[in-house]
Amino acid sequence: MVELTLPKNSKVGKGRHYPAPDGAEKVRRFKVYRWDPEGQGNPVWDTYDVDVSACGPMVLDALLHIKNVMDPTLAFRRSCREGVCGSCAMNIGGRNTLACTHGWEEVSGAEVTISPLPHMPVIKDLIPDLTLFYAQYESIEPWLHTVTPEPQKEWRQSEEDRQKLDGLYECILCACCSTSCPSYWWNQEKYLGPAALLQAKRWLADSRDEATGERLDALEDPFKLYRCHTIMNCAQVCPKGLNPAKAISEIKVMLVDRTI
Amino acid sequence: MSAYSFTDHRFDVVVVGAGGSGLRAALGCAAAGLRTACISKVFPTRSHTVAAQGGISASLGNMGQDDWRWHMYDTVKGSDWLGDQDAIEYLVRNAPDAVYELEHWGVPFSRTPEGKIYQRAFGGMTRNFGEAPIQRTCAAADRTGHAMLHTMYGQALSKSVEFFIEYFALDLIMDDGVCRGVSAWKLDDGSLHRFSAQTVVLATGGYGRAYFSCTSAHTCTGDGGGMALRAGLALQDMEFVQFHPTGIYGAGCLITEGARGEGGYLTNSEGERFMERYAPSVKDLAPRDMVSRAMTIEIREGRGVGPNKDHIFLHLDHLDPKVLHERLPGISETAKIFAGVDVTREPIPVLPTVHYNMGGIPTNYHGEVVTLAKGDPDAVIPGLMAVGEAACVSVHGSNRLGSNSLIDLVVFGRAVGLHCGEVLKAGARQPEVNDAWTEPHLSRFDRLRHSSGAVPTAALRLEMQRAAQEDAAVFRTGETLRSGVQRLAAVHAKRKDLKVVDRGMIWNTDLMETLEFENLIGQAIVTVEGALNRQESRGAHAREDFAERDDKTWMKHTLAWFDDASGTVRIDYRPVHSYTMTNDIAYIPPKARVY
Repeated sequence: MVELTLPKNSKVGKGRHYPAPDGAEKVRRFKVYRWDPEGQGNPVWDTYDVDVSACGPMVLDALLHIKNVMDPTLAFRRSCREGVCGSCAMNIGGRNTLACTHGWEEVSGAEVTISPLPHMPVIKDLIPDLTLFYAQYESIEPWLHTVTPEPQKEWRQSEEDRQKLDGLYECILCACCSTSCPSYWWNQEKYLGPAALLQAKRWLADSRDEATGERLDALEDPFKLYRCHTIMNCAQVCPKGLNPAKAISEIKVMLVDRTI
Repeated sequence: MSAYSFTDHRFDVVVVGAGGSGLRAALGCAAAGLRTACISKVFPTRSHTVAAQGGISASLGNMGQDDWRWHMYDTVKGSDWLGDQDAIEYLVRNAPDAVYELEHWGVPFSRTPEGKIYQRAFGGMTRNFGEAPIQRTCAAADRTGHAMLHTMYGQALSKSVEFFIEYFALDLIMDDGVCRGVSAWKLDDGSLHRFSAQTVVLATGGYGRAYFSCTSAHTCTGDGGGMALRAGLALQDMEFVQFHPTGIYGAGCLITEGARGEGGYLTNSEGERFMERYAPSVKDLAPRDMVSRAMTIEIREGRGVGPNKDHIFLHLDHLDPKVLHERLPGISETAKIFAGVDVTREPIPVLPTVHYNMGGIPTNYHGEVVTLAKGDPDAVIPGLMAVGEAACVSVHGSNRLGSNSLIDLVVFGRAVGLHCGEVLKAGARQPEVNDAWTEPHLSRFDRLRHSSGAVPTAALRLEMQRAAQEDAAVFRTGETLRSGVQRLAAVHAKRKDLKVVDRGMIWNTDLMETLEFENLIGQAIVTVEGALNRQESRGAHAREDFAERDDKTWMKHTLAWFDDASGTVRIDYRPVHSYTMTNDIAYIPPKARVY
């Protein structure tokens, strides 16, 4: 039978409300997905009325404010707070992004709704299980393959060849793109997803790499690569402004090119 | 503590931390045939190495003649002669090969027109023993750390390093002065683990989060230093905390020194390029301690910019937009997001911001942890190594030069791998872990988990951060430092009244932040006590009441032990090595440090 609604234990209930402190100057409501793996209950939406005059401009600042002064039990990943480590990827106002570089003022509507990256198993609150995502990254063998003996100094690479890596190597593995892709939602066991494929292209594009044939062989599969239907959510949401869909289409072109 | 049980693991080497130095050490150990585990509280590519921007120093000579001796001289002078010159020689001589190795692994370095690795100018890096700035810092645009970390993680996947990701290390397993392993808490299922090993390598990074405003990530809580202090080991030269001149005003995010390396400059409220007055020969490319002091003086004397005259401008608006796009794309984006500034048109508001800890766990240049024992200042702690920002080799002395940290990570990470490969035998017998060794780990964990006092961890952490920020700043005096000692002692005493709300075992970030705070507070205390004790000015440690460097009394490394029960610090010293590694270069004797 097709399941048209969420399973019973995934239905999200109404949670606690945390009012703003007395004397709050400017209040914004944050609606946050909560789930405690050690409790018995279903997930809930907790609402926090945050005095945003007392915190910084980013959604991460608001989450830290909640954690520091309102509710220390809220769990989320964070590290660099400047958009380079990729820890704090989550769904904010219906869109996957990094909490640290996304301002709460950018979110329209009365509430700022925050939930974990969609279609991933939730470990706790805003923390998804990324095991499969990392395994897919590993599967594209993200290291330089060479057979020619290494030179004493560096491999020479022209400025033009180096430029071919721009737009590819900057990926921070935040998983915003893959978890925004409907095709990945349906087939994540078989489809590698935009993040892993962007990195596949990064190594295919490297003039120093000598395993282009093997790398293409590994991708020539009805599911791993060809489940990309150019929906383009990946390029829409990438917080680093990268375009995985373009990289995927270029891999497809490489596969066609080598057969003709 | 029967409520808890450990899952036991056995490896030849366990590396704690998966940043640049941890990955490089783990790779080397695995390549040497040793069964190697790498445990990390964050997924490897989220480690703070990822945020390093400007580059990695090595005398490749791709942009004109260079020489490892010049790099050595600059590093010694940058360290204000507190660096150990044998270790510095090891660093600079191995630097080029370490960079070529990274390139062979696939790091996407920027290129010169001949296809070689591009190198840019950086503070304190000079030609011919201080003559003029040199381009020695190898760069992958302004994302060098990101490029290195992702590449090294890929390499580690291609070798047989076993990763234990999102495991939080609790304590070192010590057996009568010998390190036997480390205990850890697995966040996603709440289980506890013991990793026994012939050698534990601490690669846990710095403790920038002891301060209120820092460029460091939230996860930079010096967990290795905290574990070392609890194990009764000394930390070295902790009073030397580097302030990076160009953290974004307010947000604290880093703007690379490479911005000045590419031609950027600082101005005060009069529009004056004031660094010309402080460092006539290298100007804006003076070492970080000097630039941070100059900026602080300008602000103090009323020449700061902005409505409150409390910061300084960094100008890039005169640079060719093509240079900004190709060489500095990352900071252009960061300035836009965090300062609302279009760098092609406007200056970036900046302020000296805590950035790097020169101090750490004392080691020799193989990475073995050393201490002062029975009169021997180089006594090795068996079974324990340290590397990266967590360690104090000491190559940076009292002030690190920009781009010398990334090279430190890979050169000494590699040294650890080589040394373990030489001295350890794969699969050698290890004693069974004795429960008595880990009982204190469990009782501490359980006590903190059930803290039911009145003070939330976040509140106490803030109190510590404010004290460190205000009392151990760019300039210090005996008065501010005494105040810092008292305020931090008060924070330490209030730990008894901590409140942890979350009682769970799975991803209990309330408890994790409490464990991190425990690691921070001891290091904050030895930092301020060390600074109060050192009655001279050297490198990043600028005492207004002792404004001169005093080689006669203070040419020595501070060692500080911390007794957690009483909150007291004991200080002793190790001599600075007054010799080099080989006869290829003579010891560089101290002289006045002018640029």
